[in-house]
Amino acid sequence: MELLNVQHLRTHFRSAEGAVRAVEDVSFRLETGKTLAIVGESGSGKSVTSLSIMGLLDKKTARNSGSITFGGRNLLTLSEREMRKIRGNEIGMVFQEPMTSLNPVLSVGRQIGETLRLHQGLSRQAARTRAIDLLRLVDIPAPERRIDEYPHQLSGGMRQRVMIAIALACEPKLLIADEPTTALDVTVQAQVLDLMRDLQKRTGTAIILITHDLGVVADIADRVIVMYAGRTVEEAATADLYARPMHPYTKGLLATIPRLGSSLLPGEPARLEEIPGQVPSLRKPIHGCAFAGRCKFSVDLCRSKAPVLERKSEGHSVACHLADNGVSA
Amino acid sequence: MTTCAPLLELRNLQKHYFLRPNLLGKPTATVHALDDVNLTLSAGETLSIVGESGCGKSTLGKTVVRLHQPTDGQILLDGRRVDQIGGAELKAFRARVQVVFQDPYSSLNPRIRVRDTLSEPLHNFGLAKDAAAVTQRVEELLDMVGLPRDAAGRYPHEFSGGQRQRIAIARALSPRPDLIVCDEAVSALDVSVKAQIVNLLGDIQKKTGLAMLFISHDLAIVEHLTHRVAVMYLGRVVEVGNRREIFGNALHPYTRALISAVPQPDPMNKTRRKLLTGDVPSPIAPPPGCRFNTRCPFATDLCRAEVPVLRAVGGTHQIACHYDNLVEAAA
Repeated sequence: MELLNVQHLRTHFRSAEGAVRAVEDVSFRLETGKTLAIVGESGSGKSVTSLSIMGLLDKKTARNSGSITFGGRNLLTLSEREMRKIRGNEIGMVFQEPMTSLNPVLSVGRQIGETLRLHQGLSRQAARTRAIDLLRLVDIPAPERRIDEYPHQLSGGMRQRVMIAIALACEPKLLIADEPTTALDVTVQAQVLDLMRDLQKRTGTAIILITHDLGVVADIADRVIVMYAGRTVEEAATADLYARPMHPYTKGLLATIPRLGSSLLPGEPARLEEIPGQVPSLRKPIHGCAFAGRCKFSVDLCRSKAPVLERKSEGHSVACHLADNGVSA
Repeated sequence: MTTCAPLLELRNLQKHYFLRPNLLGKPTATVHALDDVNLTLSAGETLSIVGESGCGKSTLGKTVVRLHQPTDGQILLDGRRVDQIGGAELKAFRARVQVVFQDPYSSLNPRIRVRDTLSEPLHNFGLAKDAAAVTQRVEELLDMVGLPRDAAGRYPHEFSGGQRQRIAIARALSPRPDLIVCDEAVSALDVSVKAQIVNLLGDIQKKTGLAMLFISHDLAIVEHLTHRVAVMYLGRVVEVGNRREIFGNALHPYTRALISAVPQPDPMNKTRRKLLTGDVPSPIAPPPGCRFNTRCPFATDLCRAEVPVLRAVGGTHQIACHYDNLVEAAA
């Protein structure tokens, strides 16, 4: 069942030096119970896309166009009042840095309970009981004791579990997780990813995972969108994307990350593949393909005409003029 | 181990932080950031320090470059003690041991031009005869890190994160050091830029023969670029070996767990072994015996009572575990 449909989303920010074109034409759909990963480097527009869905961008400086259809409504046309009923209730959020997204002067129980009392009208006592259940659900030991503690008393991994408990308190249909494990150590990261996967199985929540870590994506996502300079350059099922990347940027990304096991290969370690150059500035309009300046295959067409996202095979789309030629072979 | 004397040697290095002074100013709590660390590093070699946050890897780096004073133990450079030196001797030491930090946004002075950032070490250590020599060296450094020569006249804010890290590396190379400590030097960079910097560090080492102490939590990068690895847990080194010994044949249960927790960029490979639960205990009150015993699935009474010492297990491989290969033995 289709839960979320984003069509031609575009987000520009007003700034003193002119418009910043953070997101240029992003479209995707997400089904109930599935996990979609949005992958990209800094400035690719992945976080802005998620903030647009949640309606968390400052309307004074950010201009959105396109549509975000969730449960039959276009979220971009809703008032702040209506959005507030959805946020934290039908759409839950987990951010990267649990220390800054939790309130340091409120106990963990208050922060989980707040969501429940606000959206579900639970009494103080009922909210507390439910909050303890939620802490148990996210595998926090001794929840009866932890519920009265403050964020600084918890470790990074436990804080992120509390964030997940808050996000899941109202059993949202959609969970948006923006770099949920980036600030965590690998052993704790593995625990949090397992937790998210288990909870999804149990509750049927759809997840949008924003990340730059292709290892995390391979671990947890059903589908992947690769973003570059505010554009979708490729979209595919996870296994398909890793096995048959079509866009030169996606291929570059997959080639550039070192993999465990390199020491077992004979000889000296080879140089890592590089993607030369830097991400283009979003302050100037980009003509043609945004990746053309760094792409070793680029031809004149790439610099003059922007490629559109085209379906190349079942469930696999790519925005590259040369995807049909040898580039993707 | 190489037969020649190591460039850097750490003997029983300790660093404790004293907290919560009482009314008399006496501390009532001690953070055991480094305990009994013994490591060596040869010229031209890369030794990586890996571990989770709070394991003491950054404290180790800061102590080696003498930003922190060790509580006990010795640091030797070319066989001479450098943990107690000061004044002119310390200054000469600083020219030989340089550091690159994680965040190139806060480690460069935003108000001085790249030229001045790179030439300051030359002036400071008296390494350039005249202005022409300074200019020549600055250009040489920019070439070496792959920045255009006109970068010299610009300010840090004009550069991207990856370019700034190149500037920070050039600054570290400026006095021709023998050792560079890289404290999470590529961790804050984007994936596509990270590869550029990792390659750059490798090229520079080949060209100049300098030694690197590479502190990182990114095991795949470490495996790619290092010669040897030291794994730390709660202030102690639990396993040391060359890259094949550690990544191909890790013997300490913690090293095994750490490696197996790294998510692999391969959707077909979901056979992650879950060996670890819980978090790292507080370094203020580390558990008695082996510090890993609270999370180790194989811990015995011996582990809870006695601290295992680092011992050789063949080749250059050393582990601090009471048992030879606990993971396989238990399987």
